[in-house]
Amino acid sequence: MHSFGYRANALLTFAVTILALMCAMASFSDNLSHPSPSSSVQVLNVNWFQKQPNGNDEVSLTLNISADLQSLFTWNTKQVFVFLAAEYETPKNSLNQISLWDGIIASKEHAKFWTHTSNKYRFIDQGSNLRGKEFNLTLHWHVMPKTGKMFADKLVMSGYHLPKEYR
Amino acid sequence: MMDWQGQKLAEQLMQILLLAFAAVSFGTGYALGSFQMMMLIYAGGVFLTTLVTVPNWPFFNRHPLKWLDPSVAEKHPKPQQQQAMSLKKKPAKK
Repeated sequence: MHSFGYRANALLTFAVTILALMCAMASFSDNLSHPSPSSSVQVLNVNWFQKQPNGNDEVSLTLNISADLQSLFTWNTKQVFVFLAAEYETPKNSLNQISLWDGIIASKEHAKFWTHTSNKYRFIDQGSNLRGKEFNLTLHWHVMPKTGKMFADKLVMSGYHLPKEYR
Repeated sequence: MMDWQGQKLAEQLMQILLLAFAAVSFGTGYALGSFQMMMLIYAGGVFLTTLVTVPNWPFFNRHPLKWLDPSVAEKHPKPQQQQAMSLKKKPAKK
């Protein structure tokens, strides 16, 4: 501690080390919160349902997605990335997941929302398996922290059906 | 210039102050639910600690070292170069 430079260096190193520890503690504190998110999705309309020239089925839906994700936000939350995926089984794949819509929620105030929209991303099957298909709509979210570990979870909503014939 | 006690004091003060500000800033930030508050208080704390412990404050030099007076030092000159070299010769080892 005999010179200005020595003390400045020691102080800065210690300060940054303590900062790293505080960030680890902040990230750990996220484990202490027990969120209770909720969501519901209605398929308002099947806009069209066709088989493409390349042989793959495609369907366009109008959806009403509503959710309350406010309990996901902690003091260490930067933003929540949320997406809605259609999930179903085919002979070729035991699980197909197609992302239909996504969004970024930047603050707790915006985490209780509803949106009335057609699917943001195209719902195209690998093949021609969608006629009469029963599928789940699963809301996935990633809670992105200001520092530390990211938490991801989902909410499965089941019981949706596609039409038996093309429209 | 800092004396030995002053250096020790500077180091201890630095560690205690930083740890104290870390605890206060984390506690306040967590209680208020504000990450930004934690960072602001801690940054302020680092700055304050720098002001207290890094410059050469007089209270770090209350037990100054007794350096030899220059006039006394002249009466006892340093050994010559040749003398130093002869002293360095060591017997060969086998």
